[in-house]
Amino acid sequence: MNAQVIQMLLEGIRDTLYMTFGSVIIGYILGLPLGILLFVSNDKGLKPNKVIYRVCDFIINIIRSIPFLILLILLIPFTRLVVGQSYGSTATIVPLVICAAPYIARVVESSLNDVDTGVIEAAKSMGASNMQIIFKVLLVEARTSLMTGFTITTGLLLGYSAMSGTVGGGGLGDIAVRYGYYRWQTDIMIVTVVLLIVIFQIIQNVGTGISMKSDKRKR
Amino acid sequence: MSIIEIKNLTKKFEVEGHVITALDGVSLSIEKGDVFGIIGMSGAGKSTLVRSINYLEKPSEGVVLIDGVNLEDLSEKELRKERSRIGMIFQNFNLLEQKNVIDNVCFPLEIAGVKKKDARVRARELLRLVNLEDKEKSYPSQLSGGQKQRVAIARALSTNPQILLCDEATSALDPQTTGSILSLLREINEKFGITIVIITHQMSVVTEVCKKVAIIDSGRLVEEGEVEKIFTNPQSDAAKELISGREIRYTPLESLDTGRKIRIVFRENSAYEPVIANTILKMQAPLNILRADTRNVNGKAVGEMILGLPEGEELQNSIIDHIKEAGLTVTEVTEE
Ligand SMILES: Nc1ncnc2c1ncn2[C@@H]1O[C@H](COP(=O)(O)OP(=O)(O)OP(=O)(O)O)[C@@H](O)[C@H]1O
Ligand SMILES: [Mg+2]
Repeated sequence: MNAQVIQMLLEGIRDTLYMTFGSVIIGYILGLPLGILLFVSNDKGLKPNKVIYRVCDFIINIIRSIPFLILLILLIPFTRLVVGQSYGSTATIVPLVICAAPYIARVVESSLNDVDTGVIEAAKSMGASNMQIIFKVLLVEARTSLMTGFTITTGLLLGYSAMSGTVGGGGLGDIAVRYGYYRWQTDIMIVTVVLLIVIFQIIQNVGTGISMKSDKRKR
Repeated sequence: MSIIEIKNLTKKFEVEGHVITALDGVSLSIEKGDVFGIIGMSGAGKSTLVRSINYLEKPSEGVVLIDGVNLEDLSEKELRKERSRIGMIFQNFNLLEQKNVIDNVCFPLEIAGVKKKDARVRARELLRLVNLEDKEKSYPSQLSGGQKQRVAIARALSTNPQILLCDEATSALDPQTTGSILSLLREINEKFGITIVIITHQMSVVTEVCKKVAIIDSGRLVEEGEVEKIFTNPQSDAAKELISGREIRYTPLESLDTGRKIRIVFRENSAYEPVIANTILKMQAPLNILRADTRNVNGKAVGEMILGLPEGEELQNSIIDHIKEAGLTVTEVTEE
């Protein structure tokens, strides 16, 4: 393996991490508030609101029912509008975010649903406002489960970023497709796959480690 | 002026089209400094009633006055402020699992915007009061049930409330721990003059610490008054059942069952006379002692006995008269 290939693989790793974390971060900027909104507006939430809940619920379900590869193609005009081009790693972040945000909203909603209603009741009895309950009770009590959700989402987006390689998305997936599929250079493809596996393992282990360590519920 | 005044409180829940009346025209006043018990069977509406006192549950009808202020008239913000003056503890403790003991106790102060340093000072004071100074760095998962409830009590007291509401606060604890939590509550009442409302389904909790009690049955207030009076001479079916009815139904003495049973209560002064022996001698008839118990009612020993009477209505009536003449209160124990 020559220096050129190694250089290419290093750039692939960089692009893959850029796409994964870029989309996870922007995804959370959109998905976290949306998840909180779902929880709050739910029937048994802090401020039930049927209309808001139904609308969010509907949009999320629609987006989540479209397979990622199709979303990738469907969003090409939109991506071009936002980024100026429809290929490359920055452009790939757009469909990744659109795919991730509704998923993240659901994961966040379910983490918040797991918070003991008794604790919320106790906070209300102390005179806490809804904002205080969200930021000082819900997000704190649910942090282990939120961290787990974050780890799972990151792993998922790592896979999706590789999938976007099939349409010129950049990163390791792109390399695997170009060399493995079009040029029959199986060795390079195998190396990219191994790299993806290693990155996935690191993300999973670090994420699990942090959430376990931050959990005070266990002795 | 009563510190808590509940007038004609009705609460209805709508569940899938039909209406459940959890509370039906309850009126109650609780005086400042009281330890007030509210007792009833499961589903009677006790939790709904106590949650109405701090307006976690808004009444369908009727009013709740705290220190003369109608909670209905308050804005959201004022209501939250009022709630911070009413502490509350729960059956399941409801501590923040991800925060340690001292941060839990500081939590209401944090919400009220008290400076962290001042909050810590206050929290340490309270942890000393509940005897948990050495646990301030522990997490709730490392504590026993009794310790968790002590933390919850310290937390509820951190904002210096005038009222402490306890919803089944000892129901998840064993009898010994229950005793220690109840004496802590009594100490708090005596030391700081905080009005305490205790919700429970156990008569023993009421007799142990409460001065007054209200009995709730199917959403209605059926009896109210001094604990001693109601314990000695319960009027309502619910009160009788809560005091002894249920237990006697499980008595294994079926072969001795004569049908008519009475419950008598001894006070300290009547305990010296051998009333039962005298009655048996005088009437020349046997009496079955089905149950005998001594309880602590507000610090006074009160004896309770359930007697099975011999056959014959005339004989039964004269036995009852004889016991009444000796100064004891007699209640018929009815079974359905
Ligand atoms: N949020 C609610 N929605 C619908 N029904 C409710 C609600 N809260 C209480 N109820 C109903 O109101 C009645 C009284 O309930 P409540 O919880 O006050 O009883 P309780 O005396 O505290 O019982 P327990 O001893 O089991 O705690 C019950 O029939 C219950 O099903
Ligand atoms: Mg209850």
